[in-house]
Amino acid sequence: MTDVLLAVRSLVKRFGAVNASNGFSIDVARGELHALIGPNGAGKTTALNQLSGELAPDSGEIDFDGRRITRLPIHRRARLGLARSYQITSVFDHLTVKENLSLAIVAHNGHSFRFWRNAGDDPVIRRAIEPAMVRVGLEERADVVAANLSHGEKRQLEVGMALVGRPKMLLLDEPYAGMGPGGAVELTKLIRRLKAEFTILLVEHDMRAVFALADRITVLVYGQVIASGPPEAIRMDPAVRQAYLGDDDMEQG
Amino acid sequence: MKRRTIAIASGAALLVALPALAGMADEPYLVTLFSRILIYALAAVSLDLMLGFGGMVSLGHAAFFGIGAYVVVILSAHAVEGTALLTWPLQLDGHQSALVVWPIAVLLAAAAAVVIGALSLRTSGMHFIMITLAFAQMLYYFFVSLEAYGGDDGLSLLSRNTAPGIDLGDERQFYYLCLAALAAFLFFSWRLVHSRFGMVIRGCMENEPRMKSLGFATFRYRLVCFVIAGAGAGLAGALIANQTEYVSPGLMHWTRSGEILVMVLLGGMGTLFGPVLGAATLLLVEELLSIYTEHWMVYLGPFLILVVLFAKRGIYGVLAGGNGNHD
Repeated sequence: MTDVLLAVRSLVKRFGAVNASNGFSIDVARGELHALIGPNGAGKTTALNQLSGELAPDSGEIDFDGRRITRLPIHRRARLGLARSYQITSVFDHLTVKENLSLAIVAHNGHSFRFWRNAGDDPVIRRAIEPAMVRVGLEERADVVAANLSHGEKRQLEVGMALVGRPKMLLLDEPYAGMGPGGAVELTKLIRRLKAEFTILLVEHDMRAVFALADRITVLVYGQVIASGPPEAIRMDPAVRQAYLGDDDMEQG
Repeated sequence: MKRRTIAIASGAALLVALPALAGMADEPYLVTLFSRILIYALAAVSLDLMLGFGGMVSLGHAAFFGIGAYVVVILSAHAVEGTALLTWPLQLDGHQSALVVWPIAVLLAAAAAVVIGALSLRTSGMHFIMITLAFAQMLYYFFVSLEAYGGDDGLSLLSRNTAPGIDLGDERQFYYLCLAALAAFLFFSWRLVHSRFGMVIRGCMENEPRMKSLGFATFRYRLVCFVIAGAGAGLAGALIANQTEYVSPGLMHWTRSGEILVMVLLGGMGTLFGPVLGAATLLLVEELLSIYTEHWMVYLGPFLILVVLFAKRGIYGVLAGGNGNHD
């Protein structure tokens, strides 16, 4: 096996009588875009919540970059470089572009129990803020409140925030949900760009996007992995075809 | 000059000149009334720090206000009687000096805020409101049953605290002290809101899960904000005990917390000067209307509803112009 960044072993999570995760295991190699798919109710979100730290597994282990993170809280995982993106546009609407980026900068630079000095004069922020704004082409919009940005600018800002934090891995949670066809094309371009810099675990319902982007795909049904491999192998896999029987998406993809 | 600057400058000028104006108008009572307004403004600004910038809606803020007030009166009572407050495990005597008593009031309020905040902040939304309310009511009933210090009837302050170079018993001097305390706290809050800490707090208010996923231990930041707000209210409590020369458990009743909350909403949540305007408006309206009717709330209620519905940043937002950005 190549260099594994995220190794998940036999996660079990029960809600009452339901086994939402039933021995879920996955290996994500450094640099790849790994997609996690499955029919509704397969336990994709439960699995992702355990990776990001929102849920604690009943049993099983999660190793990230050589460290056991099974019991670490969300913010500790984020500091190690495991970043979860909620819906793709989740910038802070009431803060300015500069403040949004500053938050992402200070998140990874010591504590923020600094009560007196103006944040704009903080050397940590001063050093990093200009390049961060230039990189995503928002230097002209520094003092604009994020709510007043166009949709495209918001996405640029979001990417800027992700880049600043230098995460080792992005967890993308159904980024295509509720997106029109035009937006989907833009988003695919954006994810391609992110893919060049980060290891990504993409949890997605949209088959077309998954087959267009993923290096490898893992298929989850009833909390268990039924197949894992490159897109072509997954497309041909009889068990997967069985699980998606009658689902046209599979044919189109 | 910007409209906001004009509004703030004229408000400050009015407050500085007030004792002189009251003297000219031969209405010395105005100085007392405005001391009271300044003290409540201080409490309201402290609540706004956590409410308007930290997104923590508390209905128990009067608890810290009451603690500050009781510290002053209890220590003073022991000083006058010449008895010790505690003999074990350490000797603790009563005290009259503001330089000793007020820091104790602030620290005790902050300590209470650490405990209450640490427990309350594990919840959010409606649960947070209810749990802060419950803690404040617990303290309220504790002081109601504390017969040694007046219980339900409350306790009088025999003489105001002493301080070097200033006579707190003099209404004018006391007024300027309150004004200085409010100005200092406003300046501190202004620095705080624009600091790195303030930025984190505002981020938590808007989207806490996102802050966690950025890597912030949000609980700690929110707790510190809660404690700073509690300490501010404790200082206001120490001042109000000196101003009214009397405290009762009513100071920490939940309706008092509600009043302070209304001051913040009325003046403009998330603005620093708004709560000052809110406190002035509420107390002046109360003063005026209660000449004519004891049911003055009937008239204030609709006004409050209109402000909340139509003026997003309260009275301050109307005076200072639309998008005055968080200050």
